[in-house]
Amino acid sequence: MKTVEEIKAAIEAAVPGAEVEIVSNPGPAAEHSLRIGPAKAVEIARFLRDDAELALDFLSNVTGVDWPDKEITEKVKVTRPVTKTVDGVEQTVEETVEETRKHVQPGYLETVYHLYSMALKHGPVIVRMRTGNRTDDVALPSLTPVWRSAEFQEREVFDLYGIVFTGHPDLRRILMWDEFKDHPMRKDYVEPDDFEYEPTAHDEVLARHKAHEAATAGSAEGAGQ
Amino acid sequence: MDEQLKIEMGKQGVFITSLQELYNWGRKSSVWPMQFGLACCAIEMIATTMARYDMARFGAEVFRPSPRQADMMIISGTVTKKMAPQVVRLYNQMAEPRYVIAMGACAISGGPFKQGYNVLKGIDRYIPVDVHIPGCPPRPEALLHALMTLQKKIAGQPLTGEDRPRHLDAEAQGEFPVPHQGEHDLVPTSNQGVWPVPITIK
Repeated sequence: MKTVEEIKAAIEAAVPGAEVEIVSNPGPAAEHSLRIGPAKAVEIARFLRDDAELALDFLSNVTGVDWPDKEITEKVKVTRPVTKTVDGVEQTVEETVEETRKHVQPGYLETVYHLYSMALKHGPVIVRMRTGNRTDDVALPSLTPVWRSAEFQEREVFDLYGIVFTGHPDLRRILMWDEFKDHPMRKDYVEPDDFEYEPTAHDEVLARHKAHEAATAGSAEGAGQ
Repeated sequence: MDEQLKIEMGKQGVFITSLQELYNWGRKSSVWPMQFGLACCAIEMIATTMARYDMARFGAEVFRPSPRQADMMIISGTVTKKMAPQVVRLYNQMAEPRYVIAMGACAISGGPFKQGYNVLKGIDRYIPVDVHIPGCPPRPEALLHALMTLQKKIAGQPLTGEDRPRHLDAEAQGEFPVPHQGEHDLVPTSNQGVWPVPITIK
């Protein structure tokens, strides 16, 4: 099978204006993936499926990933002029100081498609798409018109992560009920406080236990505790 | 009456019984379950009905595909919050007398999914459960034991008085409120008449 670099070059040659970036996997599996821009995603997908050398006719898996806002702290060496008195004479000396800088890397939602070829028996080729942010710019093109097997899995990603797939034939919730408002697999999902007594609460369950106790203190339910 | 005397008279060809005994014997010997399964426990339930375990020995082999014809509901598996209203509605559609066996860890408590966002922490929050079976999944023997426990329970029910079963009590409530699927959770989260919120004492 072609390497990701070769596939990237093939896509760029076949689909003009395609935005493709290699996302490398530093682990021992070294399953590098291709991040494609949403604008030309359907054309790229069609090329991956129909190209004679790739023939990725089988979509095995669609995954959603939530990347929350990340605060990055880094130490930067800064050179700045400092006025000092050296040997009784006032001089301006360049000095290198270490500075801690913080910046917030904005979060986004991501879908990952695992593609295989049944005809040529190779794969997987991993394709990713990322949304603009996690709140209002959450639309991505649906690849259901290219691989029909994406239909239910994209509905699941929509249900649990809130990514809106444009061009999906039937975008409804699939696991949760239609009236449900939240997206439970997102990192910032707040569950309803329905904690009940656990005999050996620990870690996250212990944290929920304490939060529940604090919330119900004074109410009828918490009175006996 | 005296059990020993009854046996002695039986030997002589005279059989004595009471209406209550006869009535309860009839009820307990033909508990027809409703044919539906929710998750992996249903596979064990199916195994229980097959030749090796043979639930027919207890008169409970006729799985009815309609709640109108069923006497017993085996909650075999995980009850998700999406499924819970349908389960309660099916229970409401069953004719009295009706019984419920909650089969497996999920049906009695939520099981491994208890602290999850989409699984009901036990069906006894919405409908009255007669027998709870722990296990993940319970073996067919456990389901048979639950059925025998239910039969004992039926056999011991008096037909009159305070402890009479619900179908002989004109005042008893027969319709159980179906929970509504809200924006974040089921509304209400439990039926207080069936399942009062337990209070933990430290």
